[in-house]
Amino acid sequence: MHMADALISPGVGGLMWAVSGGLIAYSAKKVRKEADHRKVPLMGALGAFIFAAQMINFTIPGTGSSGHLGGGLILSILLGPYAAFLVLASVLAVQALFFADGGLLALGCNIFNLGFFTCFAAYPLIYKTIAGRSLAGKRLLPAAVIAGIAGLQLGALGVVLETVFSGVSDLPFRTFLSLMLPIHLAIGIVEGLVTSAVAGFIIKARPELLAAAAGRAPIGLSVKRTALGLAAAAVISGTALSWFASAKPDGLEWALFRTSGREELENSGKLRGCLASLQNKTAFLPGYSFKRAATAARPAEKAAWPAVDAGTSVAGFVGGVLTLLLAALAGLWLKR
Amino acid sequence: MNRPMVEADKLQYSYPDGTAALSGVSFHIAPGESVALVGENGAGKSTLLQHFTGCLFPSGGLLKVAGLLVDRKNLPAVRRAVGMVFQNPDDQLFMPTVFEDVAFGLLNLGVPEAEADAKVLDALKTVGAAHLSGRPPYRLSQGEKRAAAIAGVLAMAPEILVMDEPSSNLDPLSRRRLIALLKTFGHTKIIATHDLDLALELCERTIVIHKGSLTADGPTAEIFRNDALLGKSSLERPPSMRSCQPAAPRAVDPDGTSC
Amino acid sequence: MNELGRNLIDIGYIDTLSAGDSPLHRLDPRAKLLTTFLFISAVVSFNKYEVSALVPFFLYPAFLILAGELPARYLAGKLLAVAPFAVLVGIFNPVLDRQILFQLGPVGVSGGWVSFISILTRFALTVSAALALLSVTGMNGICEALARLGVPRPFVVQLLFLNRYLLALTGEAERMSRARSLRSSARKIMDLRIYEQLLGQLLLRTLDRAERVYRAMLCRGFDGRIRVVRFSKIGSRETAFVLCWAGVFAVFRAMNISLVFGNLVMGAMK
Repeated sequence: MHMADALISPGVGGLMWAVSGGLIAYSAKKVRKEADHRKVPLMGALGAFIFAAQMINFTIPGTGSSGHLGGGLILSILLGPYAAFLVLASVLAVQALFFADGGLLALGCNIFNLGFFTCFAAYPLIYKTIAGRSLAGKRLLPAAVIAGIAGLQLGALGVVLETVFSGVSDLPFRTFLSLMLPIHLAIGIVEGLVTSAVAGFIIKARPELLAAAAGRAPIGLSVKRTALGLAAAAVISGTALSWFASAKPDGLEWALFRTSGREELENSGKLRGCLASLQNKTAFLPGYSFKRAATAARPAEKAAWPAVDAGTSVAGFVGGVLTLLLAALAGLWLKR
Repeated sequence: MNRPMVEADKLQYSYPDGTAALSGVSFHIAPGESVALVGENGAGKSTLLQHFTGCLFPSGGLLKVAGLLVDRKNLPAVRRAVGMVFQNPDDQLFMPTVFEDVAFGLLNLGVPEAEADAKVLDALKTVGAAHLSGRPPYRLSQGEKRAAAIAGVLAMAPEILVMDEPSSNLDPLSRRRLIALLKTFGHTKIIATHDLDLALELCERTIVIHKGSLTADGPTAEIFRNDALLGKSSLERPPSMRSCQPAAPRAVDPDGTSC
Repeated sequence: MNELGRNLIDIGYIDTLSAGDSPLHRLDPRAKLLTTFLFISAVVSFNKYEVSALVPFFLYPAFLILAGELPARYLAGKLLAVAPFAVLVGIFNPVLDRQILFQLGPVGVSGGWVSFISILTRFALTVSAALALLSVTGMNGICEALARLGVPRPFVVQLLFLNRYLLALTGEAERMSRARSLRSSARKIMDLRIYEQLLGQLLLRTLDRAERVYRAMLCRGFDGRIRVVRFSKIGSRETAFVLCWAGVFAVFRAMNISLVFGNLVMGAMK
């Protein structure tokens, strides 16, 4: 469920970069305060572990499709939420760089969706509440499974909200959500199962490691205050997101590049035509350019099409092809 | 013998789960001495080595290195006096480049940057790795990694060098180079190893540990001739000491069974 | 070879590339990071039907590849390897958006196709630039740049350590999963139980390694601070690099070079 560059607007991408950047700075401060020097190499090695583990696929029971560990929950159990968040963020950054997983612009979204919800919501509020401080095996499984589900559901919600607010995809909020949540329910259950199994493994082999982690208060303060903080954060980011969404779908783009007059013209020429029935059939794939179902009024199309001048487009096409050719020739010549 | 560099007196250690790893080990090591530490797997060699650097503290008895009692209070001074080369150089080399890795310890000691630079280059030259300075450690061969790890320890100018299996994972040529290099060092050396040939070449004295106790302590050649003692510790006489006797008739042995 | 093995080779190869010694490699990483960031911002800021104005932007990744003496063919292969994702994201546009945008001779080109091509173009631009950046800078260089641009120390150190043990642990995982598949030749799939065992073992090895590394650090006086030293300096070359490219991106963003060029050619033909 990596968000992709192609799905988000620069506004949402930038905002989520800022949010995730803030969370990284905050977590870094907390980790530094903990002053647990042992964690420095441990975090690095665990990051490499998650990175490697995500390349090993297993078969999801009964489906035949394959999945892999997300890792946020097991990291939180082993390291506590702050260090876990930093580790997960570093893994996502490296994946974005080496494998173009999601892309650089979407990195902020991905860190938030996969890191924030597991490390700062599911782990302290659900896992810790259910599992408590005991390491007894009985509570571990339900705690991990429920926390796994919650983390992934919230993450999926994040993906949907970011996509909808980006306005790039016109997929309706409800349709998208009703597709994403069940899929991530299954993934969440598996994440919980794997997490509890691996944690159980460690409890048997290295009880002292988890004992140290379990003794820690989940997030320094009480669960209540955490919940309050979480709610506040949700309201603030929600407001900010909707401001971006309503004020200008491409807020940052508009702010940065309004100097080029052409921009507004072409934006107003947004396609409104769409086949509603077809969309319902194909909506399982969140496309880049799905149209708003409500505006599928065909007659309106012509009026909505003032900006595109055929002559301009053909010239653009010809010019583009020629530029490419020229660049290729220059490259070949330089290569010699 | 002047003031010993290492002094172990009835040194005991038990792991938190109660397993006794060392049960009363006593020995002295004089400055400049090279001592091999041999014994079967699980004999307690590594546990002993970890005491030298204060990664573990004795549960009983006492240990002094360079005149310092190994305890929490003396930890910085102890780690300054003792340089430890780990078995797997990958565990030891963690900085982005060889240069930065060698500088790591120096900067922790508070050596100013300019001075540290010179010392790093010196140490790299000593181990013949000056050309690797800008390379990331994970791109080095095993022999190069070993050299870089030794440079990192050497740069800190310790009085005592402690090494855990320095020749493991090395190809014969790299091993040969390592032995030649270590021969040039004047430090007090403690080398834990299964490579008895290396011990024979580098160490005039050998300590045998068996099941957490010291079972022999004496001149290396003498100990390695004692097959019964070696056998008890799952060791065997090093190849260089398995002389073929008598040499002349066996050399033309038609069965080709000569050694 | 499994996915792990292939990824291992890729990571190793890109790392080898980043150890090159072109003038571009020697440039301060901050300059390259900043410029690439400007580049990506400019590219994604276009509206979704833009194609022709995006084309000139290929100049930047092409420059990185040529000046950095990178193997263009290899990078193109990497690009193609991740392309199915972009295709998947965009392929429904032509289906859903059939409004004819312009006539190209007898063929009517729909908005869906245009936006689809636009997605692919953006994708090729951003991914190739990011890959080329990594190949001429390396993870360590990027970390250095991040540290100097004010990213909190614990996160930079985390990235450095992750990069340091990436190959080691991925290699270990690869050997383990190869050993598994060698002993279960008939079954390609890995069920949950085996997966959990494998992961547990891998995690144990990871923890052991972290403990050994920590001990080695302590033995050399580690006190919680990693002092990253050697820093290159921002010189006139760096300033010129950033400013020149920023100027180029601004021009490309403000005017459609392809269109200007096309008009010129079409005008000449008349």
